[in-house]
Amino acid sequence: MNTTRLAWLAIAAAALILTGCSGTGTRDDGGAAGGAQVVEGGAGAQTAGVGGAGAWTGSPLDDPNSMLSTRKVYFDFDQSEILPEYVPVLRAHAEYLSANRLVNVTIEGHCDERGSREYNIGLGERRASAVQRFLEAEGVDSAQISTLSYGEERPEALGHDESAWSQNRRGVLVY
Amino acid sequence: MNLQKLFSVLLVMLLSTQLARADLTIEITKGLEGALPIAIVPFAQLGEQAPPHNVGDIVSADLARSGRFKPLPVGDMLARPSRGDQVDFRDWRAVNVENLVIGEVEPNGPGGFLVKFRLYDVFRGEQITGFSIPTTASDLRATAHQIADIIYETLTGQPGAFNTRIAYITSIRDQQGAEKIHLKVADADGYNPQTIVSSDDPLMSPAWSPDGRKIAYVSFEKSKPSIWVQEVFTGRREKLTSFKGINGAPAWSPDGQQLALTLSKDGNPDIFVMDLRRRSLRPLTRHWAIDTEPAWSPDGKHIVFTSDRGGQPQIYRVSVSGGEPERVTFEGKYNARASYAADGRYLTMVTRVNGAYRIGSLDTANGDLRILSSGSLDESPSFAPNGSMIIYATRANGKGVLAAVSTDGRVRQRLALQAGDVREPAWSPYYQQQGK
Repeated sequence: MNTTRLAWLAIAAAALILTGCSGTGTRDDGGAAGGAQVVEGGAGAQTAGVGGAGAWTGSPLDDPNSMLSTRKVYFDFDQSEILPEYVPVLRAHAEYLSANRLVNVTIEGHCDERGSREYNIGLGERRASAVQRFLEAEGVDSAQISTLSYGEERPEALGHDESAWSQNRRGVLVY
Repeated sequence: MNLQKLFSVLLVMLLSTQLARADLTIEITKGLEGALPIAIVPFAQLGEQAPPHNVGDIVSADLARSGRFKPLPVGDMLARPSRGDQVDFRDWRAVNVENLVIGEVEPNGPGGFLVKFRLYDVFRGEQITGFSIPTTASDLRATAHQIADIIYETLTGQPGAFNTRIAYITSIRDQQGAEKIHLKVADADGYNPQTIVSSDDPLMSPAWSPDGRKIAYVSFEKSKPSIWVQEVFTGRREKLTSFKGINGAPAWSPDGQQLALTLSKDGNPDIFVMDLRRRSLRPLTRHWAIDTEPAWSPDGKHIVFTSDRGGQPQIYRVSVSGGEPERVTFEGKYNARASYAADGRYLTMVTRVNGAYRIGSLDTANGDLRILSSGSLDESPSFAPNGSMIIYATRANGKGVLAAVSTDGRVRQRLALQAGDVREPAWSPYYQQQGK
C-alpha cells in the first residue's frame, strides 16, 4: 500500500469517526457530537491524527451532501447492467476519480443467495466489472480501479426474501 | 456468588460444551417402505475398562440412516445375546427380523479394545459373517462404522460409506453481527466435528483429494480470494493460487495429480488445470461467459462445468485435453455445480424448478433429470463415495442445515447443527490408509 493511499485511508477513517454518530442530523451537529464522543469514548489514540487531518472538510468524498457519499449501486436479479438511476452517482465518482488520479477504488461485486456459490462469484465479478467499465468509459484511469467479487458470501441484509435479496445484489465502491 | 452457584454455572457451561459437541444430529424426514428388518443387540462389555461408546448403537444408527434397514428397538428384543452360543433364533423369528447382529467389546492391552461381531441369517439359522477387530478408544467409532460397512455390503451387495467423513462450512454471527467462518470436518454421521480453518473472511468450496488426506478450499483472508491446500491430519497448508480476480472452485483429478480451478486473471472466469507437481497451469476453456465449477469424470477424461455461454447457467462437458465443450443439460433454465457419481453415469447438480433451487440427479445415459430435494434454496450437492446418497445444503427453521437424500429420492434425512448456518458439504472419498 502506498503512502497516498494510507493518507486517504486515514482521512476516511477520521471522517468516519467524526460523522459516525451524526445519523441524519445536520453536518455541524453531527461533527460536534461525534467529536465529543470520540474524546470521551477512549478512542483517543486513534483521534490523535484527527486534528491534523482536519483538512478533510476539503474532501467531497466525505461530504454527506455529495453524491459521492453514495457508494452502493444495486442490480436486477441475475443481471449486471448498470440501472439508469445509478448513472448520476457513478458519474460523480468518475469525475472525482478523474480529478484525483492518486485515489484508488476497489469495486466489490455481490449477489443474492440464490443459486450456486461459485457461479455467484462469477456473477459478482461481472457486476463489479460493469461498474469498472462505466467508470473507465467516463475517463477514469484503469490503474485506479480494482475489483473483488464476494458472490453471496457477504450479504448486507440477512433475510431470505426479495427485500433482502434486492439489497444484496450490489456493487460497492470502497475507497 | 456463593460456591454452590459458581458450581452450577460451571456445570451449565460444561453441559453446553457437551451440547455443542453433538454438533450434527440426524433426523429422517422421509421414510422408506420395505426397509430390511434387522436386530442389532447392544454389544456386551467385557472387562473393567468401559469403552467410550456402545458399538452396537452406532452400527444401528448407521444402518437406520441409510434408509435401507429398519433396526428393531432394543426394548422389543426378547433376548440380549452377545456370544454365538447364546443365540436362540426363535427369539428373533418371533419378532420378524431377518438378520441379527451380536457382539462384544473386550480389553486388548493398554487403551486397546477387541471388537467381535457376528451377523446371522435368522430364518436359515446360520452365521453369514463375523469379524474380530482390534481398535483403540479413540478409533472405536470408526471401528463401529467399519462394522456397519461390512453388514451393509454383505446384505445389499454394495459397499457401505459409513466410515467416511464430510467437510463443510459453518457461519456464526455474534450479537454485533460479526461473522466467524469455519471449515470443519466430521464423521459422515455428524460426530467428531473438528474445525480445520477458522476465519473472519469467507471460506468456500472445500474439495477432498481422492486419497482423503487433503482438502483444497477458497479463502478470502486478507480481502482477496486464494486457493489453499491443507493436510487434514497435520493442518499444514499451502497457498496454491492467488491471481488477480477470481481464484475459485478447486476440483481434484481422480488420480490426485491435477487440480481444475476457476481463474479470472485474463479478464473473465475460465476453467484452468494445474499440474500439482510442476505447478504449471493450462487454460481449458476460453469464453467471455462465466465458466466455473469444474468437476472431473471418474475416468479422468472429461470435466463438466457451469457456463452461461448460452444465456443462462447450464452444464457443459469438455475433454480434459481441451476442445469444444458440449452442452449436457437442456431441461430448465438454471443448472449449476454438477458433480459425478463414482459410476460416471449420474450427475448431481443444482437445478431451478418453478423458482426454487433444488437438487437434481441427471442420468447421462438417457437424459432423465430427477428432482431429489424439496427446498427452495438447496445447493452444493455431493455424492457419497458409494453413490448411495447425496449430501447437500438446505434451509430449515431459518437456518442453513445439511441434508442427505438417497440417490433414488426415497429417503431423506436432515443433519441439524446447534448454532449458526451450515453449508457447502463435501462427502469424502474412501479414506486410503497408508502402511496399515
